[in-house]
Parts: sequence; structure tokens; C-alpha cells
Amino acid sequence: MTTHLLSIKDLTKENALNILDTAEELARITETPVKKLPTLRGRTIVNLFFEDSTRTRISFEAAAKRLSADVINFSAKGSSLSKGESLKDTALTLQAMGADGVVIRHPASGAAQRLADQKWMTGSVINAGDGTHEHPTQALLDAFTIRQHLKQSQGDLSGLRVAIVGDVLHSRVARSNVHLLEKLGAKVTLVAPPTLLPVAVESWKVAVRYDFDEELNEYDVVMMLRVQRERMDEAFFPSEREYSRRFGLNGERLSKLSKDCLVMHPGPMNRGLEISADSADSSKSVIVDQVRNGVAVRMATLYLLLGGN
Amino acid sequence: MAVVLDSSEINRALKRIAHEIIERNKGTSNLVLMGIPTRGAALSTRLAKVLSDLEGQPVEHGTLDTTMYRDDLRGSAPRTLAKTEIPAGGVHEKEVVLVDDVLFSGRTIRAALDALAEHGRPKSVQLAVLIDRGHRELPIRADFVGKNVPTNRSERVSVKLVEIDGADEVQIEGRP
Amino acid sequence: MSILLKNVKTASGDLVEIAFESGRFIEPKDASKEAQVIDGKGLTVIPGLVDLHTHLREPGKEDAETVLSGSKAAVSGGYTAISAMPNTNPVADTAGVVEQVYRLGQVHGICDVFPIGAVTVGQLGKSLAEMGAMNSSEAKVRIFSDDGNCVWDSLIMRRALEYVKSFDGLIAQHAEDPRLTHDSQMNEGAVSAELGLKGWPAAAEESIIARDILLSEHVGSRLHICHLTTAGGVELVRWAKARGIQVTAEVTPHHLLLTDEKARSYDPIYKVNPPLRTDRDVQALREGLADGTIDIVATDHAPHPAENKECEWAAAAFGMIGLETSLSITYLAMVKSGLMKLEDLLPKMAKNPAQIGRYEGHGELKPGNWANFALIDTSAIWKVERTGIVSKSKNSPFVGSELPVKVIKTFFRGNEVYSQ
Repeated sequence: MTTHLLSIKDLTKENALNILDTAEELARITETPVKKLPTLRGRTIVNLFFEDSTRTRISFEAAAKRLSADVINFSAKGSSLSKGESLKDTALTLQAMGADGVVIRHPASGAAQRLADQKWMTGSVINAGDGTHEHPTQALLDAFTIRQHLKQSQGDLSGLRVAIVGDVLHSRVARSNVHLLEKLGAKVTLVAPPTLLPVAVESWKVAVRYDFDEELNEYDVVMMLRVQRERMDEAFFPSEREYSRRFGLNGERLSKLSKDCLVMHPGPMNRGLEISADSADSSKSVIVDQVRNGVAVRMATLYLLLGGN
Repeated sequence: MAVVLDSSEINRALKRIAHEIIERNKGTSNLVLMGIPTRGAALSTRLAKVLSDLEGQPVEHGTLDTTMYRDDLRGSAPRTLAKTEIPAGGVHEKEVVLVDDVLFSGRTIRAALDALAEHGRPKSVQLAVLIDRGHRELPIRADFVGKNVPTNRSERVSVKLVEIDGADEVQIEGRP
Repeated sequence: MSILLKNVKTASGDLVEIAFESGRFIEPKDASKEAQVIDGKGLTVIPGLVDLHTHLREPGKEDAETVLSGSKAAVSGGYTAISAMPNTNPVADTAGVVEQVYRLGQVHGICDVFPIGAVTVGQLGKSLAEMGAMNSSEAKVRIFSDDGNCVWDSLIMRRALEYVKSFDGLIAQHAEDPRLTHDSQMNEGAVSAELGLKGWPAAAEESIIARDILLSEHVGSRLHICHLTTAGGVELVRWAKARGIQVTAEVTPHHLLLTDEKARSYDPIYKVNPPLRTDRDVQALREGLADGTIDIVATDHAPHPAENKECEWAAAAFGMIGLETSLSITYLAMVKSGLMKLEDLLPKMAKNPAQIGRYEGHGELKPGNWANFALIDTSAIWKVERTGIVSKSKNSPFVGSELPVKVIKTFFRGNEVYSQ
């Protein structure tokens, strides 16, 4: 394993499978009365959140605490960051506090890599979402969830067809998933209006469709992305109604999915916009599993990154 | 390279340990064997078979991974986790016998005691090892020993088992 | 007293003697008998370089650069005339500010500092600045630009082009459609898609160039395109020149060498506006400079203090310094690559910009001109060290690089203003 987890590109296929296998074992242990392991006792992990994300922060916090690490939550709101402290000064502070690992969420793409590259601090850096770049642990927990349901929790994801639907352009979840799913052998189709796909998307190893209904029954997984309502004001699509009709997972489309197809969403959902309530709550939906698996995958990541240092 | 135990000697050692376990615990009815992966788990499966053959009733056995409880994780590449399988009856109020291939510093067993405690409070915990090579760093001793092998600290004791390595043999490597 | 420079080579390799007296070049035969002799053995003499695109940060941001520190940086790179962009605080949109900058340059006496005036008040693109007053001032401003911002309003651009005709002025356009580049961070393409940094499309530059070329043709005015970066932009300028439209264009050294692949480091030292483009664009720019489509090399020297670069990409300032490495980088991109000879490259860094800016007495080693020149060692290899940077700001992407061609000495009006 590498020192940091900044991007899925840092991982080989073997690294990724090792994280999934380790998470599998940790998930089994934490299902027993054992909720806490002593592995990272005496280590300090800082959750450095420059952007609100209660669910990701809680997931990392639970993961770190189940490994007995000391957790410090550092959020932009309650700190001097709102008064304009720089990333550098924050990093120097963390170094002085002796952070062994920093979990960073930041609105700027590349912030995690800057923190890791600049030698302002020596701890491991885990990217918990940087701007519109990547969110590697989300992709890992998504792969874990897919594997759990469609591959008996073993091996890679070869042969599976995954549709990623929605605002790919602004989605760090989509970027990490495209890299990881490709690494693990799945075939990815991006479904979105052209305005919400990056220019040069043809350089990615994916298929692209503008029509969600085409081959809808051929997907093994349909991953819906959150659409931010303010995108409408920037003319990415004409109206919520039109977006929802053309790219939303509604009851009609749900009924056309194959029998074992999984419905996923990284959350938080806009029910009624990109996903209808009956789709989100259907038997095909594994959205709650995604949240649950997040803790095991993040425990595995923390253990594999910090366990040996 | 010196061979310490060959295949038949390993089998004989396991049989003797089985007899000692039965004697100490007055049978196998409240017994649970917990093997420490990887080779301790294979030995524990074998030992369970010998015990059930001798007593005519199945013996509960499982595996206990100690990785996450080790105190020597720092400075080495993180180990891949092995499986922990607790038998259906659990370990609470049982006579638990930990099974491992080699007893050396005692640190693995310390970690195993911590890991075991998470799953219940056994009536007693005993330790069976195929080889005791000395050099303890903790106040830990084995209850059942296949063979005591005095070694030099720099030597390596290599246990090979059919289930994992394709052959049964215990060797000492690095002995001049 | 005359000074005679002996044993020096021209850029094409011929041995020559150069003479000057009272700050101006004279014919060597006219040099007085007791002339002081400088031995320039092994060195090449070049005209003092002229930059049409420099950011000096005075007034307003003197911690990044001043007229003095920028002048020192300029002469260490072989420049003897630089052109101060108006995006200072206050903006150089009145006769008062341009005169202040011009006078500071004259007082320091290290090189000429020619202020560029703003096209619109506050560079806001709404109403024309008093360009006539700036031209009539002591600074005699002839070049106007809202650089940093684009004069995006078509009507304002048309009027500006027309207005400056009365005093042979020139509008230097920073071509960037602001609606297409709101919050943009880097070139839009495969790399930006992967990095999740908001793209700055080539079309945002090219559409303004196309519009302004047509406006320039329509009103018959001189147009200058700042920092051309795209293959499409080169094509447009080539087309315009073929039609006889009075357009000139510049390219920066960094756009001749670096591509958007550099952004993969997320190190904002590579964050610049307009952004680094693709390899295809770099090749087109080099060809355009070699075939004369692009008239000049300009540095777009943009100093920023460390804290504006030691941060995450999106929070960082755009720009890089360039005066001190300009000759070396351009040499690397154009001469080392075999595309041009040094003697053909130098006019694009001296004679042509002097002509475009109407900087009298600059740009050529000829009797009557100011004795502005530099002695360079074309065989030297030097390493750019952070501590060796003369500019107040150290935001050079070339720190740590080994570069060809070293400036050994620079003379301004016959006085040695820099020695290695």
C-alpha cells in the first residue's frame, strides 16, 4: 500500500482487492459483539473537514474509533479557517499536534494531494472528497457493496455492467468510480446530458449514452448521482422537470431494470429529482448497505495505511 | 538445514497432545479448540479430528486471527487479515485450547488472549503448540508441547503442513 | 568619452566592434582615440530586449514587485525596456498613475519602464478611460490594455480601437470571453476532465480574437493580441495577416514550453492565465513564431508572493514570473529545437516589440539608438535557484531547471546596469 490515499489511481488492482478483502473480514468481526479493535490505540486521526459532510465525517469517525484511534474533528466552521487560515498553516498545526493520519474533505480539487506533497506534515493523508476530483473511499465502498450482492463478496467485478447516471462533470464520486470499476473489470456506461459530461470524456475507458432508456435492462448496477439544483441556473439543463423525466430513476424505469439489478446512490438524495421515492426504497436499492459498508471499508483503509507506520 | 520433525513425528506429537488434553479436561464435552491462522488453524482442525476419533464425539473448533491485536504492527507492512471463526456454541464458559505452530516470543499468544476476551469469558484458556523454541518475551508458557527445540535467536523455525505447503515437515533454517 | 566593445560576436557569429558615447551607439570608426575598451571575448552582443507585457505591482502590491525590483529583474534577463501593465491598485487609468510609474522608472535609471494605460475606467469594461490624457502625459502612453480582464463588450472594444487611432495608439487585448471562463482553473480538455479542475476552453480565447480581428479590419485600427495560446488563435492571426489586417500578436516563453500536463501536480506554480495548453498548441505557437505569424515574445511577468501560491490550486493566484528566464526559455523552445536561429529570434524580443510600442531608439544595435545591449554566453548552462531570483516574488515554474544561455552583463544608455 501507499502512504496516502489521494486518488483511486494510487491503487493497483491488488491494493484495491486487499482493501475490499480486509473490509470483508472487519465487517464480519464488527457484526459480532466485538465493536472495537485495539489496532490503532495511541494513534491520532484528524478529520479535517473544510466542507460540510456529516455522513462522511461520521463514517470515518466510527471507523477510526472502532480501531481505538483518538479522533479529533476539525471543521472549517468551528476553527480559524473561517477567518482565512491557509491550508498550509492548518497542516503545520496538525503536524504540531502529532496527527498520524488526516482525513481531509475540501471544496478545492487537489487539496488532499497538496497536503500530501508539500511536506507540511508527515502523517498519512486520506482524501475524503476534494472538489470535483475524487472521493476514493466512496468508490471502494460502492465496489464492496456491488461485490457483496453480485459476486458473493469475492474477487473482482469482471463482467458486470454499471451505469453511472447524472452530473458526471461535477462528481468526484463518478471520477473515483470510473477508475475503480475499470480496474476491477466492470464495464462502465456514463448516462448524462452532454452538458454534464466533461469535455474529452472520450479519453475515459467508458461508454457514453445520452438516452437512459436505451439498454436499460442490461445493467447490473445503476448508480444515480446527486444533481445540484443550482446547476439549473448555470444552464446545464432547462428545468428540474425535464431533467427528472430524461435522467431520473422513476417507477417506470425501475420496472424495466433486470431482476437482480442494484440501485445505488452516494447520498444525500434529492428524492423526486434524480431518484423517485419508490426507486430509493425498492428491494433493488442497496443505498442503506452503502452507508453501512462505509465504516468497514474506511476501517480497512485506515488499518492498511496507518497500521504499519 | 536440520529437520526437527518429519511427517510421522508430527502425527505422533498431535496424538500425544490429544491424549494430554483429554486427560487434563476430563474428556472433550466442554472443549473448544481455537487455531491461530494460518498453520495453527490447520493444526487445530487436525487435532479436533484426532480428539473426536478418540472420544467418539465431535469437538468444537474455530479460528482466531490476532492481527488487529498485535503490539508489533508499527514498522512493518500491514498484514492481510485472516479469518476469525467462532464455533456456534461460542467460547463463553468453555475450556478453550489455543493452538499454534510455534511458540517464540509469546506476543502472538498475548494478542490471541486479547482477541479471545472480546468473544466471551472462557472457563479456562490453555495453549497447545507443535514447537516451543524458547526466547519468551512475556510470562507465557504452553500447556501442551509437541517438541521443545532449543534455538538460536537468529534461526528460523519453518513448519510445513500438507494442507498449506503440500508436505509435513519442521525444519530449522539458518543453523550453521 | 567613447567606449569601444571589442572581440564580441553578433548573434550570427561574426566578430564585431561596438562603440557608444553619451549613452548612444556610434560608428566604431567615430570613436575617440582614447576610447575605453571593453574586451568581450567569448561573448555575444545582443540588443537590449524589449518586453511589451510586464506586471510590476506598483502602486498597490509592493510586497510582490516594485518598479525598482522589476527593473532589476528585467536587466538581469537582458531587458532594457519593459511595459508596465495597468492592473495595479489604483488602476493605471489616468495620466497621474501612468506618470508616476514612468517617473519611477526614469528615477531608478536601470531600464526604461513604459506604462500601458487601461482601456476602460478601473478595467471594468464599462466606460473608456481617458486615453488621450495618458497619451499627452509625460509617459506618452501608446499601448492600452485591460490585461487581466478582457475588453469583452463589443461596442466598447470597437470604440477603443477607433479612438486611439488619433494618436497612433494600440489596443492590446487579453482575449478571454468572461462568460465561458467564469471560475476557470486550467485548459479545458482531457487533463482538466481527470483532475476535476474547471476548464478554460480554447474557444473562449479564439472567439474574442476572431471578433477583434474583424472589428480591427472594419475600423482600420491597430490591434495587438496578448499572450496567444491556442493553435486556433494562431490560425486566426495568420488569416488576418493574409488579409492585410493590422494585427500583431505575442506569445509568452512559458506557453512555448509547458503544457497542461503540468497541472497534474496540482502545484499552482503552473496556474496561469491564459492557461497552459496542449502539446498540439505548443507546436502551433512555435511554428507561428518561426513563420512570423506571431510577431513577438512577451513575458507576462506576473509576480505573486509565496502565500498566493503555497495553497490549493483553486485558491492560488494566476501567473508566473518570467523576465529572468525569458531568453533562456525561448532559446530552448525555438533554437534548441532547431526551428529558428538565434539571429532570427532576437528581433522578436527586441526590434519588433520596440516597433509595435513605438519605443524610439530601442531594439537594434545601430548608431543613433540608445546604447542598450546585453552580453550573453550562448554556451553556458545555468541552474535556476530560488535564492538567485532577482524579482521580489519567486513564483517561477523553472526553479531547479538547467537552462541554456546566460546573460553576463547588461548596459542601459551606455551604463552597466547588471553584471552576473
